[in-house]
Amino acid sequence: MSDTLSAPPPALELVDATRVFTRRGGLFKKAGKAVRAVDGVSLTIRAGETLGLVGESGSGKSTLGRLALRLVEPTSGRLLVDGRDVTGVSKAEMQAMRRDIQMVFQDPYGSLDPRVTIGQSIAEPLKVHGLWDGDGPQKVAGVMSLVGLDPSRADRYPHQFSGGQRQRIGIARALTLDPKILVLDEPVSALDVSIQAQIINLLQRIQRERGLSYLFIAHDLAVVRHVSHRIAVMYLGKVVEMAERDNLYRRPLHPYTVSLLAAVPIADVRMRNRRRTSVTMGEIGSATNVPPGCRFHPRCYRARLVAAAGGVPTERSGDALLPRACLIDQPELRACGGADQVACHFPETPETRSEVATAVLQDIGYPPIRPIPL
Amino acid sequence: MPHKAMPNLHSVAPAAPVAPATAPRPVALELRDLTTVFPGDDGPVTVIDGVSLAVRAGGTLAVVGESGSGKSMTFLSALGLVAAPGRVRRGEVRIDGADILHQPPERLRRLRGAVISMIFQDPLTALNPVFTIGEQIVEVLRAHQRIGRSAARARAIELLARVQIPDPARRVDDYPHQLSGGQRQRVLIAMAIALSPKILIADEPTTALDVTVQAQILDLLADLQAETGMALVLITHDLGLVARYADDVAVMYAGRLVETGSMEEVFTKPRHPYTRALFRSIPRLDGPVDEELPAIEGQPPNVARLPPGCAFEPRCTVGRGRADCCTRRPLPLAGDRSGHRSACFHEDLPDRTEAIR
Repeated sequence: MSDTLSAPPPALELVDATRVFTRRGGLFKKAGKAVRAVDGVSLTIRAGETLGLVGESGSGKSTLGRLALRLVEPTSGRLLVDGRDVTGVSKAEMQAMRRDIQMVFQDPYGSLDPRVTIGQSIAEPLKVHGLWDGDGPQKVAGVMSLVGLDPSRADRYPHQFSGGQRQRIGIARALTLDPKILVLDEPVSALDVSIQAQIINLLQRIQRERGLSYLFIAHDLAVVRHVSHRIAVMYLGKVVEMAERDNLYRRPLHPYTVSLLAAVPIADVRMRNRRRTSVTMGEIGSATNVPPGCRFHPRCYRARLVAAAGGVPTERSGDALLPRACLIDQPELRACGGADQVACHFPETPETRSEVATAVLQDIGYPPIRPIPL
Repeated sequence: MPHKAMPNLHSVAPAAPVAPATAPRPVALELRDLTTVFPGDDGPVTVIDGVSLAVRAGGTLAVVGESGSGKSMTFLSALGLVAAPGRVRRGEVRIDGADILHQPPERLRRLRGAVISMIFQDPLTALNPVFTIGEQIVEVLRAHQRIGRSAARARAIELLARVQIPDPARRVDDYPHQLSGGQRQRVLIAMAIALSPKILIADEPTTALDVTVQAQILDLLADLQAETGMALVLITHDLGLVARYADDVAVMYAGRLVETGSMEEVFTKPRHPYTRALFRSIPRLDGPVDEELPAIEGQPPNVARLPPGCAFEPRCTVGRGRADCCTRRPLPLAGDRSGHRSACFHEDLPDRTEAIR
């Protein structure tokens, strides 16, 4: 097995992972349509790397995070941890694997038992895994110090801590087993602005010190940029773009990525007199009713621009004129400029970049906006 | 007069610049020295402490602060909606120059909705699940106006169209659970503007929504303002939204105002150390990535146990440990003629962290 010449396997790998949810019929309800919450997603996270995962709610990003721990079982596809296929392993073996991969949730209060002291909560993973021994209390004190909690407060209850401290407790709990991978599901979204920065710094420091890999799920593109090495953008169950961090913000390829960037409010006075950047219409569709062809086409500004410019076969869809390809063919994720990948028939490459994308990039500071001369 | 461009999908044209105000628009809502207390274990706790604010007709005032800073409580107090045992201890709330706070409850109830209206963060809990959205809008109209059922229903459909609910004549009979989060928030906006209020208070109106939907909702509010001259108070913790939508900003900390001014002034020349630290601590799309964020250390204070001096002093990199900051009651807001004001003894001193950077 030990081929010393090859690169070490990724810390985490998902191959063509799919999860279909079906709602069972009931007394008053017909059985629901199948929902492909995650639809053939492949990704890897290297040791020490942070992969950011962004998308609107309903994009499947939280389900994908749970798939990585098999908290949700994949309908098909494979899951590899440290190069080892754990897709079909027994519950007991899976339990052992969870020592290596742990999860931190958005709402630290909801994930802590209010009747249990935080010391016990942090110790629980050790006990569940049969690793509680004489060193246990010391280990608990150790991770508490690591996340900036005073170990002498281990006998207190969750309600005695603020939101930011509770998130530290959630992180401490995930770290007790000394895992290699953390899945972080919106870990700072519920926190006050002044506390967000503390937790982001803490997560980055722990990553540096322990060489952890992160799957960082969030909707805040500025936070994701700050913490991620690479970023995957999800839309209705599929990854539509996967890129190195700076590339994603400097030259977003997918019109959906451009739309997300356009919608992010930036705390900068220069935003004031610039443009209305609502480039995407409407709301994310339902995963029960994924449109044919490219699933983003009902909201895509780019498809409309390309159709209007002519030169490609077009077709009417409702009151919009769209390229036929967008209506019929589902674009596959493919390489587009180096290692970056995009699933789009007409990506926003630097050579073909639309006016819309150019304007959005200017708005967010790529290229940096020079002060407007007075 | 409309100072914001109409929504224009795919448009890359810059929005019309803010028209220079020929004459300052009249103040629509003014709070003076508003102070609210709740009983605590050791006597009354002041949760809102002497807040004075004004928002002009057609203007947008953003009120920013952390949870517990009192930004929502300030406006619940202003609308007479503080739940017992809390109470407004002193202060005035003036609409068109007349104090509304000391009106009889029935008169206050009529003012709410008709003149001043409020929308909240969570659109699902604010809507009644057992009535259609049409029935709920009709109820608002009929509670305040002499209007027949069918006319009210027609008006409800009009309002749904106004907030850009597609196919309003059909959706009017939908129940709240049949709508998406963004659409529910649109329905709440429709209810809030049903009586054409002069002032709309929006408390974190988009916090529960996706960024793409958030931009659409706030653009809608801006358009409604441009059409009707409605004043908007936007309560938010998102400084990005403030930059995009606000004319004026008020920053709150621990129940007190620490800085107020025009958005441009506060964003380009923040004065209070808290405001300065807040701006530094947020990750930006164009900021450096390979260094630690300059976080504000410590936790927001519990208003029941505020220090005798400045509430921010324990976390402040300018004033921490300074005798006056620790012991002197914070100054009221003070500032120059531009209207940019802040409450700090030492705002002219450089920040220790700024000096290092």
